[in-house]
Formats: sequence, C-alpha cells, structure tokens
Amino acid sequence: MTRADPALSFEALTMEFPGVRALDQVSFGVRGGSIHALMGENGAGKSTLLKILSGAYHPTAGSLRHGGVSKRFTSTAEALRAGVAVIYQELHLVPEMTVAENLFLGRFPRHLGFLDRGTLRKEAELLLRRVGQDISPDTRVGRLSLAQRQMVEIAKALGRGARTMAFDEPTSSLSARETGRLFEIIRELRDQGTAILYVTHRMEEVYDLCDAATVLRDGKHVVTHEVLTGVTRDALVKSMVGRELTNVYHYRPRPHAPGGLEVRGLFGPGLRVPVTFAVARGEIVGFFGLVGAGRTELLRLLCGVVPPVSGEVRIHGTTLVVDSPRAAICAGLVFCPEDRKKEGIIGVRSVAENINLSARREHLRAGAFIDSGWETRNAATQIERLGVRTASADTLIGLLSGGNQQKAILARWLSEPVRVLVLDEPTRGIDVGAKSEIYGLIHDLAAAGTSVVMVSSELPEVLGIADRVYVMREGLVSAELSRPKATPEAVMRAALPAGAAV
Amino acid sequence: MIFRSVSSSSRLVRIWDSAGMLLVLAGLFLVCSLFVDNFLTVTNLRGLALAVATIGMVACTMMFCLAAGDFDLSVGSIVAFGGVLGATVMNATGSVTLGVAAALVSGALIGFFNGVVVARLGVNALITTLASMQVVRGLGFIVSDGRAVGVRTDAFFALGNTAWLGVPVPVWLTAACFVIFGGLLNQTVFGRDTLAIGGNKEAAHLAGVPVIRVKITLFTLQGLVAAFAGLVLAARMTSGQPNTSQGLELEVISACVLGGVSLSGGVARIGAVIAGVLIMGLVQNAMNLMNIAPFYQYVARGCILLGAVLLDRLKQRG
Ligand SMILES: Nc1ncnc2c1ncn2[C@@H]1O[C@H](COP(=O)(O)OP(=O)(O)OP(=O)(O)O)[C@@H](O)[C@H]1O
Ligand SMILES: [Mg+2]
Repeated sequence: MTRADPALSFEALTMEFPGVRALDQVSFGVRGGSIHALMGENGAGKSTLLKILSGAYHPTAGSLRHGGVSKRFTSTAEALRAGVAVIYQELHLVPEMTVAENLFLGRFPRHLGFLDRGTLRKEAELLLRRVGQDISPDTRVGRLSLAQRQMVEIAKALGRGARTMAFDEPTSSLSARETGRLFEIIRELRDQGTAILYVTHRMEEVYDLCDAATVLRDGKHVVTHEVLTGVTRDALVKSMVGRELTNVYHYRPRPHAPGGLEVRGLFGPGLRVPVTFAVARGEIVGFFGLVGAGRTELLRLLCGVVPPVSGEVRIHGTTLVVDSPRAAICAGLVFCPEDRKKEGIIGVRSVAENINLSARREHLRAGAFIDSGWETRNAATQIERLGVRTASADTLIGLLSGGNQQKAILARWLSEPVRVLVLDEPTRGIDVGAKSEIYGLIHDLAAAGTSVVMVSSELPEVLGIADRVYVMREGLVSAELSRPKATPEAVMRAALPAGAAV
Repeated sequence: MIFRSVSSSSRLVRIWDSAGMLLVLAGLFLVCSLFVDNFLTVTNLRGLALAVATIGMVACTMMFCLAAGDFDLSVGSIVAFGGVLGATVMNATGSVTLGVAAALVSGALIGFFNGVVVARLGVNALITTLASMQVVRGLGFIVSDGRAVGVRTDAFFALGNTAWLGVPVPVWLTAACFVIFGGLLNQTVFGRDTLAIGGNKEAAHLAGVPVIRVKITLFTLQGLVAAFAGLVLAARMTSGQPNTSQGLELEVISACVLGGVSLSGGVARIGAVIAGVLIMGLVQNAMNLMNIAPFYQYVARGCILLGAVLLDRLKQRG
C-alpha cells in the first residue's frame, strides 16, 4: 500500500431496504491519518453507510476495502477484529457492568482459567488514561455521564487496536467542554494515523475538526473534497440540500399580546431558587444555558412531568394545575422532549400513529372512536409540511433516519391547536435545510398567537430565533436579555458559573 | 433516496405480515380435512369450536395485556374461581342473576387489584399475577371446600349447553368477544393507547396518554372476561370446579404469541390472535382424533409454539 492509497474505501456501495434505496452506488475513500466528514440531509444514508462499515448491515451490492483488501464484515465483532470501530449515538455498553468489564467484554484476561481481576484493572486504567479520563475502572457504566460513556466506548475501540474509527453525530448531546475534550482525542487519534469518518450536521465542526469531506444526497455520492481550504460553507450547504439557503432563521418582528404563559415562583427538583418568567402571546422565548444549568428540569416542572414543589402556572389568564403532562396538554401547553429515543418515538408503531398520538383525542367520534379519515389526512398533511422522508405513513417510525424521527415528533405537536409550545432541543440531529424550515414553522405559529419556549444548547440558534433570551446557570435564571441586548458575549457571561472569566 | 415501487419480495413480507397465520390456519385445515378421519364432520367441528371457547375469550383480553407490555398469569385461577363462586352463590340464593353478578364483580375486582399493584405501585406484572394466581386458586378451593360445586338451577345451563342456529352458545359468546375486543383495539383511543404504552411507556405518558388508568382498566377487563369464561365453562360442566383450567394462562399466552402479539408490547392484531387460537385448537383436535397420547400432545404443542416464534424471528431478519 502506498501512502496515497486510502486506508478505507467504499466502492459502488448500494443498500436497499423495502421501498427505499438508502445508498446508491456510493464510492469514496478515507485516508489514514485524516478526519473525513460525512455530510448530508436527514435520510441521505450516512448512518446506513456506518452500519455497513461496522458489519451491522450487509450491502445489497458494492464493496468495502480496508487496508487495501476487499472486506465484507458479517458482524460487529468481526469488524472490530479487523480494526474497524464505529461509535454510534446510542452507545453499546452494558450499564450494569463496571467500566473495566465493559472495556474487556468478550476477551477478559485470564489466569489459569479464572478471571484475572488485577490485570483487568491495570489494563483498563491504561486505556482510560489514553483517552484522558480519570474515572475508576470499577465504576458502573450506568453511573457515568453520556460524555464519559462515549470516552469509554472510544477506549474500548482503542483497546482492540482500531485503525479505522467512525463517529455518528457524537457531539449532539455533549456540552461545549465535553465536545472540546472529544475533539482533542479525535485529533490525537488522527495524528497516530487512524482513519476517521465523522458524521455531523454542524458546519462549525466540519471546519474545526475535519480535513476532508464527502457529501451524500438521496443515497448518492455528490462530492468529496480532499481538502477543505477554499470550500465555502455556502457551497457545502448547497451540495447537501441542492439549493441556496439564505436567511436560515426567518426572523421577523411580530406583535405580542399579553397573557400567554405566566410562571410565578416555580420550584422543584433541579432548581436552586424559584423561577418566575412570562411569555406573551406570539412571542418566542429562548432558554440558554450550559448542560446541567437546569433548563430541562425547569421544562419538566412546567409541563407536569415532575410535580413541582411550589409555584403557579397561568395560561391565557387561567391557573393551571400541572400534575401530569395530560393536564398540561388539555390546557394547551405541549412539550416536545429532548431525548427522542427514550421519550419521543414509539418505535414499533407507524409514522402516522406517532403523529396522531396526542391530537386524535380532539377528533373522536362518539367520545371514544378513532376518526380514521381525519388521522390519515392529518398524517399526510404533517408529513408534507415538515418534509418527513418516509416510504409511507404506515412505515414503522423506528426505521426512519434519526432526523426524520425528530421531524415526525415535532409533527405530533403541530397537529393540535396549542397555546404554549415548549421545545427542548428541537433541532437536534436535523439537517440545515430542515432546520430552516422548522424555524419558519415556529415563526408562523408565533405569528398566529402561540407562545413558544425553546431550550437549546446552540447559541446561534437561540440568538437567531428568539425575541427574548433567558440565561440559566446552576439551577437559576441568571439573566433576561431582549433581542438587541442578547449578544453572544452577554449571554455567555451570564451562562458561565459565577466567578469564571469569559 | 429513491422510493421505488415496493419490490416483490417486500410485498411477500407484507402479505405474510397481515395474513400469515391465517394462511397457516387454512393450510392446516385443508391437511386435516384430507388426512384425518372424522375431522370434517359437523359434530367434530362443533366440538373443536367449543374446545377453544375458553381460550378464545381470555385471549381477547390477554392480547391487551401483552400489547401494553404486561402479563397476566392469574387468568386460569380466575376462570376456576368464577365458576365455583357463581355456582355457590346460585345454590345459596337460588338466583342465576345473583350468581353471575357475584362471579363477574369478583373477577373484575381481582383484575382491578392486579392493575393497581402493577400500574400504580409499579410492581412487576409477572410477580404480581404469579401471586394472585395462587391466592385466587386458593380462594376457589376455600369457597368450594375443595370439591366440585354442582349447580341446582337448570336455567343457568342455557349459558353452556344450548345452541342457536346450530352453533353452541359458548361459541357465539367467544365470537362476540372477538368482535368487541377487536373493535376496541382498532377503533378506539383505548386500544391505540394500549399499543402506545406497550411500545414506549415514557413517550406515551409525555404525549398525554393516561398510562395508569389504561393499565388498570385492561387488567380489570381481563379479570372480568376470565370470570365470565369461568361461568360459561361451569354452565357446560353443570358444576363449578376449583381445579379446572390449570395452565390455561400459558395456553392463552401461547395462542397470542402464535397470533404475532409481541411479548415486549406495542404490536397486536385481532385477526392473527383468532388464527392463533384456532391453530392451537385445531392441532389438539386432530391429535385427539388420531389417538395420540396426551404425553406426546404436550411435546407437539411446545414445538408448535417454538416454531411460530422462530418463524417470526426469521421474518424480522428479512
Ligand atoms: N432498517 C431499515 N429499514 C428500512 N429503511 C431503513 C432502515 N434503516 C434506514 N432506512 C432508510 O434508509 C434511509 C437512510 O437512512 P440513514 O439512517 O442512513 O440516514 P442518515 O443520513 O443517517 O440521516 P440522519 O441525518 O437523519 O441521521 C432513510 O430513508 C431510512 O428511512
Ligand atoms: Mg443518522
């Protein structure tokens, strides 16, 4: 193998699912010692490509070359043995086992046939040090944070001598600091000669981290940039979505009317002091804070998921007894949760069923019977409106790509007339084009009088769409900034822990 | 990506999905008609239908329990208890109505209790109903003093031993259960909520599904229907028997699984469950006609269940 040869290459890779061709003759190469971005709209086929790489799926046609040899992995274990590791978004560790046990799962060091705990600990510590983690190898994985688990997963791959690694949207639930740490490690891996394939929807990450980039669209290879210098952001976006994208946030000032959502002295688990705030009718309010600032906790109290200790919530002037999500929904306050897989989708049911789950209660016949005509129409309308890519409304939602699942969950809440729309990280995993459409929809809803509360860890997104920004830090609201005053500097200053310098 | 017209292989998968068990049933029926003596006679088919009546009724509500991701092991005991209690009350009061009411109310109460413990107290359904299975079996023995309770009111036997349009009443009642619970599953919010809960309880809760209420309701229905099935069985046997229907819960769950109900919840179809019930009955009936010893019948039933589940796995792999 000469230096110029790619360490990993795909040759005319095609993958068909019933009714969908997820990959269509995709060919490109990834050099050793480089970080290669893989980009494309939701459903473009990125995760499918990674699953073929890891041996989880078998391609319909085409092949994979690794280290100059044509390979066809039949299982993840086989891919790992060949030095290929894929780090998925949903991590594959056993939460009940310790870090050390997870690291050596399936190949425990033995001494005279017995598990050699001493060696296990020592080797685990070595691996953890390589990813810069000082977690004890005896901690149970279930107690680690998501970022720490990701590091353990990377350490596990290193322990098996992975020479090629792929990451599927690894930063989507990490804090800024954790992301920084992850990048350091990925760069170290690159410098040691590892070939890295990196899937992301975030443009900044592509320019920050990656050396090369490949764009997929509708399962087809669009372009591979071997170097990114000179490739503009707009050009990349255009090759992804197939059109120019201007004014992503669609911001325009709207008239506000008082009496939307009023929250007084809301207090409960995860908050340090009672929180008071208001959102007028037609207003979009953003909540920004670093991970752990208490934003999600506040929303869960607001929407009746966790019973508050004290406080009052009024919607359009009426006091609401928030004791369950159901009560909140009945009062016109809906909550789109952050963790799509755990709290959003019902994977074994169809897209239509998932969309109609809540709103169908407003369209019953004789108080108990489903109006199937309305349900079919609503599902079709919403799929169209949000651009959900699915073979049909009857496809199981679990088979859609991550971003399309997210759109279907948003569609659930756009199916009913709402007074207050509460969104927790609504655009996580959604591609740039679809993001822009969703921002547009949020603005339309606000223009029609809905009060919108949006939590996001992405500062540009919050600043781009909100009329007003509340900043949270360590379980309290540390600042309230109107749109003109909400500069990145001001927001960050309020978001950082007291005493920390910007 | 490209959405092509659905390819022929996936069309096969779809047909199998919606009608697979019905096809198996039709095939089995054809084979039995051709090769098993006395199978295709009115008397035998009537006997077959009667034999699956109890399983059929209970399978309707078991389908709901499984669809919600739960279990109910207490149904066999409730069937026995319902029959015994009904018979005892009828004998004591001389009133059929009172006997039937007592059995139904207590069945529903046992189910309600199961539901509260499972849904509100959060105890595992397997454990909860394993306990109530034994408690209720014991209650049946206590009420009857361990002996069969012969019913002295002839009017009660109409429920089990009469026929309408040539079809025995228990079979009509089972058919009615299929229609009612099929409708409940497919046409009502309650049915859809049940499936949503089984699919992802947390997501259903956040989407405004009254999870606890739905679960308690479906356990209560399960108790009610099991007690009703017990009454029908007692009417056929003209007595309430405390040790009847042992192991019924497993047969019912087997029939549901044969009918493609997912044990992890979220997936259930009434048509397939009916087919599952009939397949179980048909195989048993054919084995009886062929004079296969009961010992071997157990083995055969176990194999069929395993076969169905394996087939299902194969189908999922595609
Ligand atoms: N197991 C499957 N069965 C059927 N269709 C599937 C399956 N897995 C993926 N697909 C389909 O293949 C297409 C590509 O999906 P994939 O998950 O690769 O997209 P993606 O590029 O990762 O998108 P996202 O950015 O939303 O994560 C989608 O249309 C999806 O519905
Ligand atoms: Mg993906």
